Amino acid sequence: MTLELLLQYLVAGLTYGSIYAVVAIGFNIVYNATGIINFAQGEFVMLGGMVAVSLQRSLPLPLAVAGAVGATAAVGALVEVTFIRWLWKPSVLRMIVITIGLSILLREGALLAWGESVRSLPYFTGDEVTALALGGVRVSPQVLWVLGTTALIVAFLTFFFGHTMLGWEMRACASNRDAAALCGLPVRNLVTLSFVLSAAIGALAGAVVSPITYTSYAIGGGLAIKGFTVAILGGLGNSTGALVAGLLLGVLESLSVSALPTAYKDVVTLTILLAILFARPSGLFGSREASRLKDF
Amino acid sequence: MRGSRHLQVGLFAAAVVAAQLVAQASGKGFFLTQLTMTAYYTLVVLGLSLLMGYAGQISLGQAGFFAIGGYTSAALTTLDLSGQRGQAWVAALARARLLLARPDLYGGEVLSVQPWAAFGLAVLLGAVVAVSLGVPVLRLKGHYLAMATLAFGTIVSSVVVGTQRLGAADGISGVPPFELGAGIRIGGGGAHRLQSYYLAWGLVALAMLLLLNLIHSRAGRALGAIHGAEDAARAMGVDTARLKLQTFVLAAVMATVAGSLLTHYNGGIGPSEASVMKSVRYVAIVAVGGMGSLWGTLSASAVLNFLSLRGYFGSYDDAVFGGILVLVMLFAPAGILQADLRGILRQLAPRRGAPGGEG
Amino acid sequence: MRAIRILAAAVAFASAASLAAAPAAASAAAKEPIKVGAILAVTGPASFLGAPEARTLEMLVEELNAKGGVGGRPIELIVKDTGASPEKAISFAKQLIEEDKVFAIIGPSTSGETMAIKTIAEEGKTILLSASAAEVIVNPVAPHVFKVAPKDSLAAEVIFRQMKKMGITRIGFLSSNTGFGKAGKEQVEKLAPAFGIQVAVSEVYDKGATDLTAEVTKLKAASVQAILNWSTEPAQSIVLKNVRQMGLALPVFQSHGFANIQYVKAAGPAAEGVIFPASRIVVADQLPASHPQKAVVDAYKKAYEARYKEDVSTFGGHAWDALMILVKAVELAGPDRAKVRSAIENLKGFVGTAGVFSFSPTDHNGLDIDAFELLTVKNGRFVPLGP
Repeated sequence: MTLELLLQYLVAGLTYGSIYAVVAIGFNIVYNATGIINFAQGEFVMLGGMVAVSLQRSLPLPLAVAGAVGATAAVGALVEVTFIRWLWKPSVLRMIVITIGLSILLREGALLAWGESVRSLPYFTGDEVTALALGGVRVSPQVLWVLGTTALIVAFLTFFFGHTMLGWEMRACASNRDAAALCGLPVRNLVTLSFVLSAAIGALAGAVVSPITYTSYAIGGGLAIKGFTVAILGGLGNSTGALVAGLLLGVLESLSVSALPTAYKDVVTLTILLAILFARPSGLFGSREASRLKDF
Repeated sequence: MRGSRHLQVGLFAAAVVAAQLVAQASGKGFFLTQLTMTAYYTLVVLGLSLLMGYAGQISLGQAGFFAIGGYTSAALTTLDLSGQRGQAWVAALARARLLLARPDLYGGEVLSVQPWAAFGLAVLLGAVVAVSLGVPVLRLKGHYLAMATLAFGTIVSSVVVGTQRLGAADGISGVPPFELGAGIRIGGGGAHRLQSYYLAWGLVALAMLLLLNLIHSRAGRALGAIHGAEDAARAMGVDTARLKLQTFVLAAVMATVAGSLLTHYNGGIGPSEASVMKSVRYVAIVAVGGMGSLWGTLSASAVLNFLSLRGYFGSYDDAVFGGILVLVMLFAPAGILQADLRGILRQLAPRRGAPGGEG
Repeated sequence: MRAIRILAAAVAFASAASLAAAPAAASAAAKEPIKVGAILAVTGPASFLGAPEARTLEMLVEELNAKGGVGGRPIELIVKDTGASPEKAISFAKQLIEEDKVFAIIGPSTSGETMAIKTIAEEGKTILLSASAAEVIVNPVAPHVFKVAPKDSLAAEVIFRQMKKMGITRIGFLSSNTGFGKAGKEQVEKLAPAFGIQVAVSEVYDKGATDLTAEVTKLKAASVQAILNWSTEPAQSIVLKNVRQMGLALPVFQSHGFANIQYVKAAGPAAEGVIFPASRIVVADQLPASHPQKAVVDAYKKAYEARYKEDVSTFGGHAWDALMILVKAVELAGPDRAKVRSAIENLKGFVGTAGVFSFSPTDHNGLDIDAFELLTVKNGRFVPLGP
């Protein structure tokens, strides 16, 4: 394999990997705040893309994207308030099942609203055939948008959780909910905020990647599984781990195409997930102690 | 008391016969087709009910095991070894009476594996896979099994769709009926409808008897202890990991058996049977019927599968199961039949909130 | 014991629900309707096929009934959505045949489902007009089973003839993991050598694939002279973008699954110059008035696009062909199943959307290579490929 080909595979892998990473980070935000694995995370990505496409018919592109992010964030809040908030000490089993059911409902709702056809936003810069030549590799400008947006999301979250009052409050809530409550923190609203945040970043990722991959009502499920694999790989709750794991998985998947029949690309990812679950369930970067304390 | 259990199964058998007679009498004999298919799907959820209700674990891979059963049977019984008759291993298999010569679509003759041999292999495969999956994961605390089975189910789905020998997207068709001897067979021809119906539900009755006995045995009580409080049970010396594994393997094997037999009944299988959505539907049925409640699960399966197979839910089939799942888990997590209405209403009514109370 | 009572209640409920859902007994109307069943994948992974098919059938049945039906009898259409699951197809087929006692069944949309119900339809002596393409549906011939979609081998032949003309000898082949892709792969790999073409790389991708850069990279590495993609998914548009973005200036061929303008719209400028075979429905407006299919495809296209505000596709066309062949046969032979079956079998020169059909007892497909025309994309429109 020539260097050029390797780089081509690498770029493809990084593009996908960054989307998986964003989905995984979304999982982690909710997991940290509530201990719940929100299977509907993939649907937030789908909604971001679909709503943006609909809005883009009447609004300029940046507003359409912003609108989609806002709308999906609202859906995230609605989901939390309607289905999660009032449950009294639900078991993990119950929550897993509920979020699976929710993801199905969101998907079928999207089918009802938008039909089965496939849609995408126009390319942010350039069009379907433009490509930038970077060191022998040809890359669509949209790829740079995707990577840039992911970097932005990560930077924003690092800042938010590291240097803002609200971020600290959410971290307190995540580390010990009862203590946080006793300190007077509005725990219920912080939980809602975690859903809002993860929905928002999912939607942004969905909008920015749709010119490359197209959106349709059914893409959420596959993304959720991939994102979930990445979250476990990086250590549940560990967002830096999720980022690294996501990029790693994307690249591994992409490279696997060069060696194995493409039909088994997903099998590679999932086998990795199983291997991690068997050998090191706390993930590559998670700590064994921390994972033992949590319910999951 | 054993008597009560036998009475329950006896009443169930009576209900099965009654249903058939009513259908026949009202001229709706064709219901038996969907009812027969429903019986096989019920086998899948019964084991799952035990796993979810007693071992407190969720498996999102029952469809994967169903597919292992179905595809193994289908692939082996549609194999044509007649071209290799001369080879030593084929001759050996033939001598061991494992092969069957039968006519094919084009009027020629094919040499394929006997259905019962394929069935045995399928069950073995299912059990081995279940053990391989369960051993490393069930010794962990928490719900790693859910994730492992989700991954497993997706792997099976990808493999059957991606493999040419398994029919890829078209699946495998032309699967011969499963001859059980004395003219009794599991196969879909219209003339055998009555026989197929009783065979299928007879199997379900057998399974119920086995499971009910299991629940009331020492192992069953130990399982119940796990469900109530796992740490306490472990402290009392119950080998929780082993029991959870055994329950998981039992559920997996039941699904494998169901897959193999339904494939013979349908005459084929497709990748849709392996999809994760199917696994979710099985979970939804168990949730509705009540985790751990065998009769509740059976009823829920009978109703939901029957309606779904008749197209009652139209294009909203998936949405219905998703909606059921959410509603049941929100309002009646112990199953619809055990719903505590007053408790739910109390939860919904505005609470005098303690500051920063639990969400 | 509570559980037993509940079980009994459940059985009773299910019976009641089904009795309620079952069609009401046909009243002794003077003109008994002709029941036509349709087993289609309206939702789910094959909805690209089933949804236009269902819409076409509904539109046609309304039109026909407004004109008095067939032989004075209205058509009653029963559509069942399988979501592309063969087990549902089996259940619905048995339901339609034994319970609704339909006159004929149109569909299913996918080959896997069709094969699952082929013997059921034959046993039930119900005419089956499948909209899917697999050769094995009509080979071996089952007396009651027909298909109206052209053979994949013909599409492959048409493509290979063009490649040979262009001097192409080494291609890279991509297909999706659906029944359509699989059937195409079989035919392509079988027929290529006869045209002196080597399939250097053959890759199968997932139908939900959202990026094929890795696969295209593999093709680039194999130094192919042209790329052939065989699928019915949006991947058709994605592969075009990936190829052009990678700067590969190779000719790209697609299968007849590309014959829907939405794929061109989705691919934008990347779709220019793509070559693919299609039935004439997609270039209806460019057919000369003298072309035998002109009137039929024009009428269908106008009606469909006006009513559903979306572009016609060949898939919807299959449903049109299936129903109209049935109608024609009933007009010729009256509402007797055995006679209608023979009528279809002996139908010659029937002008449909996919081509001109001529059936025979050994040919239950009725289409030959003239069903396909080679098209290309120019300025975002389908145009016939010139000489």
